[in-house]
Amino acid sequence: MTLEVRVNGTPRQVAEGSTLLQLLTELRVSPERVVIEQNRQILRREQFAETRVQAGDELELVYFVGGGST
Amino acid sequence: MTMEPDDALVIGGRRIASRLIHGTGRFPSNAVLSACLESAQPGMITLAVRRLNLDGDGRSELEGVDLSRYSLLPNTAGASTAEAAVRLARLARAAGLSDFIKVEVVGDPDTLLPDPEGTLQATRTLVAEGFIVMPYTSDDVVQAIRLFEAGAAAVMPGAAPIGTTLGLQNLLNLELIVRKVPVPVIVDAGLGVPSEAACCLELGAAAVLVNTAIARAHNPPLMARAFAEAVEAGRRAHLAGRAHIGLKAVASSPVQGVPA
Repeated sequence: MTLEVRVNGTPRQVAEGSTLLQLLTELRVSPERVVIEQNRQILRREQFAETRVQAGDELELVYFVGGGST
Repeated sequence: MTMEPDDALVIGGRRIASRLIHGTGRFPSNAVLSACLESAQPGMITLAVRRLNLDGDGRSELEGVDLSRYSLLPNTAGASTAEAAVRLARLARAAGLSDFIKVEVVGDPDTLLPDPEGTLQATRTLVAEGFIVMPYTSDDVVQAIRLFEAGAAAVMPGAAPIGTTLGLQNLLNLELIVRKVPVPVIVDAGLGVPSEAACCLELGAAAVLVNTAIARAHNPPLMARAFAEAVEAGRRAHLAGRAHIGLKAVASSPVQGVPA
């Protein structure tokens, strides 16, 4: 069974019961180099392994990129 | 007699090793950026917060650049409201690498000049949340004072619109901001060449932020080094104090003893 979430604005099917850490593994994203916002709530890194993805979640996966001003 | 007094730049209680703050955008490659950082040894580097590109191999854009070697100054670039800036600032802090935030709230998409009200509002909110807030502002003197009053740890007036390399467009206002604002004043945006950075430091600016002038130079690492040296020269000149200006010529060689 899968459920649908949006990751960085794009719809994505995720296995039911998946944790954020499992999602990161699937996306090949290192948990050390990402900040996750789940429905506008920022999660601490320690929460990735215990937080399950819910149907309809809006997930933002962000990190630092090059930039100076605006 | 020591030639140079202890002259550390301190922002929000943190000691910053160099008065050059180095942007990390618009570089031809991460290798060139790394070479520039190596060559300039900047006191801080700026970063933006963006969505990861998940279509690639999951690697973040700056992989290969050793962020742990520098003090990081994340920005809120991309925000055009106080709320958006606050959200980006919280995301940046959640990365766990820095409590500094360079507040940027764009008020006009063509000039990228900052929105005064949004900048002030975001500054107040983030100061209350314990960030070390360094807002990007225009060269408006009173706005700079208001940002200081709102708790900014430094204020960052622009020399010219971002990315233009037009150089110092309003030296008088920058000088007035330096005189009126008790926290470090960091000239941000629009600088083109190292002599302009030296000029900022000479008139008492605490530091400069340079990005495009280095990133788009023909030899970026060499230009990065030149900016680092200009900043040091300008600061030493400021500490040394300039000679008085006189309109009457005064010979520097002895007047006596000229062979007849």
